[in-house]
Amino acid sequence: MMANLAAVVGIGQTKYTTKRHDVSIAGLVREAAVNALEDAQLSWDDIDAVIIGKAPDMFEGVVMPEIYLADALGCNGKPMLRVHTAGSVGGSTALVAASHVQSGSFRRVLTVAYEKQSESNAMWALSTPQPFSTHLNAGAGGYFAPIIREYMRRSGAPYDAGIKVAVKDRLHGARNPLAHLQKPDITMKEVEESFMLWDPIRFLEACPSSDGACAMVIADEGLAEQAPRPPAWIRGVAMRSEPTMYAGRDEVNPQAGRDCAGDVYRQAGISDPRRDLDCAEVYVPFSWYEPMWLENLGFAPEGEGWKLTMDGATSLDEGGDIPWNPSGGVLCSNPIGASGMIRFAEAARQVRGDAGDHQVEGARLALGHAYGGGAQFFAMWVVGADKG
Amino acid sequence: MTDIAIVAYHQSKAVSDVGACNEVELIMPVLTEVYRQLGIANAQDVDFVCSGSCDYLQGAAFAFVAGVDALGAVPPIRESHVEMDAAWALYESMLKIRMGHAESALIYGFGKSSPGELPIVLSQQLDPYYLAPLWLDSISLAAMQARILLDAGRISERDMAEVVSRSRRNALANPNAQLAGDISADDVLAEETYVSPLRRADCAPVSDGASAMIICTVEKAREWGVPYALITGIDHRMETHNLGMRDLTDSRSTRLAAEGAGVGAGKVDVAELYAPFSHQELILIRALGLGDETSVNPSGGVLAGNLMMASGLSRIGEVFNRIIAGEAERGIAHATSGPCLQHNLVTVVEKA
Repeated sequence: MMANLAAVVGIGQTKYTTKRHDVSIAGLVREAAVNALEDAQLSWDDIDAVIIGKAPDMFEGVVMPEIYLADALGCNGKPMLRVHTAGSVGGSTALVAASHVQSGSFRRVLTVAYEKQSESNAMWALSTPQPFSTHLNAGAGGYFAPIIREYMRRSGAPYDAGIKVAVKDRLHGARNPLAHLQKPDITMKEVEESFMLWDPIRFLEACPSSDGACAMVIADEGLAEQAPRPPAWIRGVAMRSEPTMYAGRDEVNPQAGRDCAGDVYRQAGISDPRRDLDCAEVYVPFSWYEPMWLENLGFAPEGEGWKLTMDGATSLDEGGDIPWNPSGGVLCSNPIGASGMIRFAEAARQVRGDAGDHQVEGARLALGHAYGGGAQFFAMWVVGADKG
Repeated sequence: MTDIAIVAYHQSKAVSDVGACNEVELIMPVLTEVYRQLGIANAQDVDFVCSGSCDYLQGAAFAFVAGVDALGAVPPIRESHVEMDAAWALYESMLKIRMGHAESALIYGFGKSSPGELPIVLSQQLDPYYLAPLWLDSISLAAMQARILLDAGRISERDMAEVVSRSRRNALANPNAQLAGDISADDVLAEETYVSPLRRADCAPVSDGASAMIICTVEKAREWGVPYALITGIDHRMETHNLGMRDLTDSRSTRLAAEGAGVGAGKVDVAELYAPFSHQELILIRALGLGDETSVNPSGGVLAGNLMMASGLSRIGEVFNRIIAGEAERGIAHATSGPCLQHNLVTVVEKA
């Protein structure tokens, strides 16, 4: 049995920023949702169900926030589902939303993901002692720093590969008016001289803390064909999970990520991702994750991801053949629960030809990627300008 | 829509405090039992896994991540999670099967409510700016709803007491029940009020535990060669969060979900309703249009034991058990979330 065709027909985002003083959490998600409806030239009555995602409830301190957000998202009398799969949640939420349509159960749904980090304390929420586990008190950076060190040791990558990514993604972000960090004049030296947060991760090699929301309208084939603007056809969807720790686990190049990529490529008919895809929006919260994921996702052989980065293959400004994170990525904007959905939405913008100054010319096929937990939860989709 | 088969189900005993038992220890026994029912080894033998849990019950972000340790997820598996009752994890799993990306799915829900003060924890579900700072606990809100029903003459305190009495008596036959006993409505009415007009017995107890279910296509059920029941309808609907804008004496979202699930298309032999307060069972019975031919909450329902994040899935499982036992041919299960029945899910389960 084949899944029904589905496509993104509307995308809405907020301007990512440190603090949105002017709106409540409800106001934030509604702004993204209204933007997506306007983009699709639809109204609330056209939506059959709403699927919402965000990172842990402890961030903002609202338990099961769909309860509170029902009114802001026009859900009175409609189905509403809340997804939570750690940092990958924005991507997973888009996939669960797509499954509402791909299963033939719904014709058109709205999906929204958000985080209002200014009203939360992510570092605290990620570090609360678990009753039955060793207390790391490390936050995300402290958790991933040793894994990055191991990548550097294994691959022999030059020490400035991470610095290069930090500069490249900020230059991309300077093309995207929605990006939180706007650093058009950033230099390698500036990144190198920024203070060390979690060795080897410098301040400017880490993602910011952002407020923001992202929304998409996903419709079935018939409705998508009538959509006023070009649809982004969903060509493949995949999720994978593995435990945080187990004997022999490769934390640098997790099998769950490799399996997830293999699955989504198979569905989209991709045999060589670097050649077949036109661009990718990949969850890179710390600079070194670009070379690591280049390998994990099959864009480069193991141990050679950094070469693509250093050669400028992933850079729009250097005319690279496979731009990664043309929007500026997580390194420019990080409303945690939304970050995965932003990747998925930005991939869709590229194939709709709607990405403004960060458009990859002629993009027809793009990858959206998200990961979470201890690099153990993965969600991916491939979207195309054609049905396939 | 393709019918989906339920092939295995198990719930742990509901207990008031499991002590030092962690997430994995809560989940493993119910998973082991559903695997045993099918003769499979672990989550590798199903195509998709989806769970329901709530971080705030355990008091730790990502409490569900520990759940993955119970699955044998090496090599990696297709897995997802809802921060909702596992009845909604079932809903997500059905979409996955219907889109052709899975033939079978394992669903589990778990809750350890004992470490916190559940009614206070649930107050943080409310609007964070206007309501949550008032710490309006779930029992006080339900008491207000019961008071509106009583004042409107829709129900009497004796009606509520009879719900409790029936729950306790039915629970005598349920080995997983936390509260059971041969208690009459008069016995309940003799209790003092707790949060007026509610008595303690009108409120579901705080419980720890888990439940698990395996669903699949009809073809896969035949291949496994086990007795199965069919999910022939499922729907869920949300209502406004603004309690002042809702008719609290009714459940409009339950009516809509029942219509969507096709409840009215046949006789309902059994109904398992997620009513954490006695008066809410009365609201639901009316919203679902149930009459004397329907046996309501033969398990005792959640007044006999309320596994947060699993009770909704357990209601579906209880109906499945009745059908497999030959006690019913068609039943409905209900799940709820939010204050005063804000979000409701209705499932129709039928004999294969």
